[in-house]
Amino acid sequence: MIELIELRKKYNKLAVLKGISTKFNQSECIALIGPNSCGKTTLIKSILGMVLPDSGEITFNNKSIFNETDYRNYIGYMPQIGKYPENMSIGQIVEMMKELRGGHLSFDEDLYKAYKLDQILNKRMRTLSGGTTQKVSAALAFMFNPLVYILDEPTAGLDPISAEILKEKMLLEKSKGKLILITSHLLSDLEELVSEIVFMQDGELLIHQTVEELKNKTGEEKLSKAISTILKAQLI
Amino acid sequence: MRIPVFIILLLIICLPICAKNIHVGAKYSHQKIKKALSEAHDEDTIVIHEGTYKEGNIIIQKKITLLGINKPVLDGQNKYEILSIKSSGVIVQGLIIQNSGFSTLDDPGAIKIYNCDNVIIKNNELRDNFFGIYLQQANHCKIEHNRIHAKGVEEQQIGNGIHCWKSDSIIIVGNKINGHRDGIYFEFVTNSVIWRNISFANIRYGLHFMFSNDDAYISNVFKNNGAGVSVMFTHRVKMFNNYFLNNWGDAAYGLLLKEISDSYILHNRFNNNTSGIYMEGTNRILVEHNTLKENGWGMKIQASCMDNIIRENNFLGNTFDIGTNGTLVLNTFNENYWDKYEGYDLDKDKFGDVPYRPLSLFSVMVESNSSLMLLFRSFMVSLLDKSEKIIPSLTPENFIDNKPRMHSVVI
Amino acid sequence: MNRIIKFVMLDILRNKIILFYTLLLAIMSFSMFSLEDNEAKGLLSLLNLILLNVPLVAIIFSTIYIYNSSEFIELLISQPIKRNKIWISLYLGLNTSLIISFIIGAGIPILLYSPNLIGIILIVMGCIISVIFTSLAFLCSIIARDKAKGIGMSILIWLFFSLLFDGLIMFLLFQLADYPMENWIAIIAALNPIDLSRIVILLQLDLSAMLGFTGAVFKQTFGTGWGIFFSSSLLFLWMIIPFMISLRKFNKKDH
Repeated sequence: MIELIELRKKYNKLAVLKGISTKFNQSECIALIGPNSCGKTTLIKSILGMVLPDSGEITFNNKSIFNETDYRNYIGYMPQIGKYPENMSIGQIVEMMKELRGGHLSFDEDLYKAYKLDQILNKRMRTLSGGTTQKVSAALAFMFNPLVYILDEPTAGLDPISAEILKEKMLLEKSKGKLILITSHLLSDLEELVSEIVFMQDGELLIHQTVEELKNKTGEEKLSKAISTILKAQLI
Repeated sequence: MRIPVFIILLLIICLPICAKNIHVGAKYSHQKIKKALSEAHDEDTIVIHEGTYKEGNIIIQKKITLLGINKPVLDGQNKYEILSIKSSGVIVQGLIIQNSGFSTLDDPGAIKIYNCDNVIIKNNELRDNFFGIYLQQANHCKIEHNRIHAKGVEEQQIGNGIHCWKSDSIIIVGNKINGHRDGIYFEFVTNSVIWRNISFANIRYGLHFMFSNDDAYISNVFKNNGAGVSVMFTHRVKMFNNYFLNNWGDAAYGLLLKEISDSYILHNRFNNNTSGIYMEGTNRILVEHNTLKENGWGMKIQASCMDNIIRENNFLGNTFDIGTNGTLVLNTFNENYWDKYEGYDLDKDKFGDVPYRPLSLFSVMVESNSSLMLLFRSFMVSLLDKSEKIIPSLTPENFIDNKPRMHSVVI
Repeated sequence: MNRIIKFVMLDILRNKIILFYTLLLAIMSFSMFSLEDNEAKGLLSLLNLILLNVPLVAIIFSTIYIYNSSEFIELLISQPIKRNKIWISLYLGLNTSLIISFIIGAGIPILLYSPNLIGIILIVMGCIISVIFTSLAFLCSIIARDKAKGIGMSILIWLFFSLLFDGLIMFLLFQLADYPMENWIAIIAALNPIDLSRIVILLQLDLSAMLGFTGAVFKQTFGTGWGIFFSSSLLFLWMIIPFMISLRKFNKKDH
């Protein structure tokens, strides 16, 4: 569904993506992991067109995304730290997004309702806590029935209950055959969800394997342990 | 005693009877003016009826009256001087005189008065002549209510509307002049009055005045002339109640004064001129109760002027109130109203408590470098002017009105 | 595009600073007209204030607004909206709001007190100056990533065009006084949009003084058909070019 070919990006002289090629398919839940500043967020933002790579190619349904915007109709994006115009209220943001995404007759308001956002519609964005802002981000990402979810550290700021709600929603969407791309540090949270692992380090893609393969290869039951085993093996 | 009185009375009654009227016109005894003229005697009246007369140069050497009925036209066919008056006491009235010859050699005019006195030119219309009315060594003449107009384009190709040279005690009243080189021209003319004329749209000056002492011009309107009004090399001139309007352009002035002394400029209005009054080498002039409104420069006083008094005038909406080219100030400003004055009147005596400096720094700078006008009204120039107002350093110290009015003078 | 402009405008028009700006313009205009004896003088004093304040407010307000909208822009960029559209909408929204508040604050008093050609020219020039300095604000905020730097830059640009540039012209005029360079210096002055609008209005207002000496130069350079074409195309370029540069940069910017 999404294919990356030899993707490279430099910020000034610092190379953040050093030739990344891979493929993300439908009905998968892919965890994009790696240490801080390994290029995860840059990769995601490249897919979203927020960062323009220096070279390489990104295709969405076999069509290049460069100079395209329509493909974003099929993506729901939840940023790591949601930034919204401070003076707008939750209600206005939701209204605005609905207008901007246009052409939708029905909206997926599961999360919106589950997080009880409809009860605090008049609150201004600047008065919200980090967690609530994340809830708004999550609700917006899921609102437009996209084909692909790109979630940057989705559970980071959420309380356990809210995180659980989000996970259940993700499971549901995955079962509908959608592609979910998650970056996260906390793998334990995502054990039951993730079907593939992408591991990045210093702008390079070290591993892209299914969870099954990984577990078989290492003989570990737990995903996090499997990964650390494989990393150690590589380092040696 | 009785007999001389009786004789005098008889003569007075007799005189008009003796003088006869000679009628000229298609239906009358005479068809030609010249013919009538040759048969006329002193004191006769030649009555010219409707029609066009093309008789070349008509020379009048008898003391007669030319009276036009129903606007007869005397046409010079662009070749001749039309009326040459060479006798005193001639009266010319009610004619249309047009198309005089054009020659810069002998300056032909529609009416030219040669060395004679007491001529009256009245209620005529002069169209497209080289000179309109030309007085040459004529005294005690009266030029009254004439309409003088031409279509002059270039200064060299047209003469003046009313041209007076070496004359004395002339009265010029109620004429309307346009399209000539100078509307009214005075050279060596003394003890004369110019009153209630309108001189407009002439190529050079509305009124041009040289070496003419002891004259007065009162209640005239000078507007839209190429260079305004110029008064030069003259003493004891009185200029009262005139209007100087809309004299635009390079080197155009409402009133240009050059080498003038002991004169009075009172109750005039100067509106919309490049310079309202431009003074060069003028001494001992009183400028009082004038209104100078919306001129580029209200007054330009060159450094060669001294002992002039400028008081109780209104300066309204001029771009610059005063301009000068020097640093020496020998003129007095007092009790004028300056609309740019920003002072206060705490003691309520209707005069500002702080003196007004009518000369802005920028106007001094523009004087030395005219292209600086490019920066006029820019923020930087306002800053410069403001700082100069607070700490004067470049503008002349005594260029100052110590008693500026808070309200305009009622004139 | 209309939807984004609508959001931008709704947001700006609710902004207290823009309300304050409108009010300030209105107070300035009404007090200028009522303090001076005649409306021509009021118009002149107002011209000075407008040429000083309008560019300042336009460039600083716009710069700050663009920086403060970075979240909004980021939000929009991840959505199916073209980048051109976002940036142009922001430009149009900002300009429309500034022009609306200029017309309400200064335009209405001018039309009330001086409903003539000069008044209308002054209003048009005020609007054009607003657009030009907004355009420059877009350039500043795209060049400097840091907000403080960007605001500093926009203040510098304002200072340059309202003060330093004129100093430069004055310097040139005095240095080159002995050469017949007036025409060229007049053209250089026209490169500054503030000077150009000032001269265009002066040609209407203070004609008498201008014609006195350098009249020929002014008339040649700005008064003739060619001059009017020249000055209006210059103003148009000022409105467009800085923004176009910023648009190119915005299209290549990473968020």
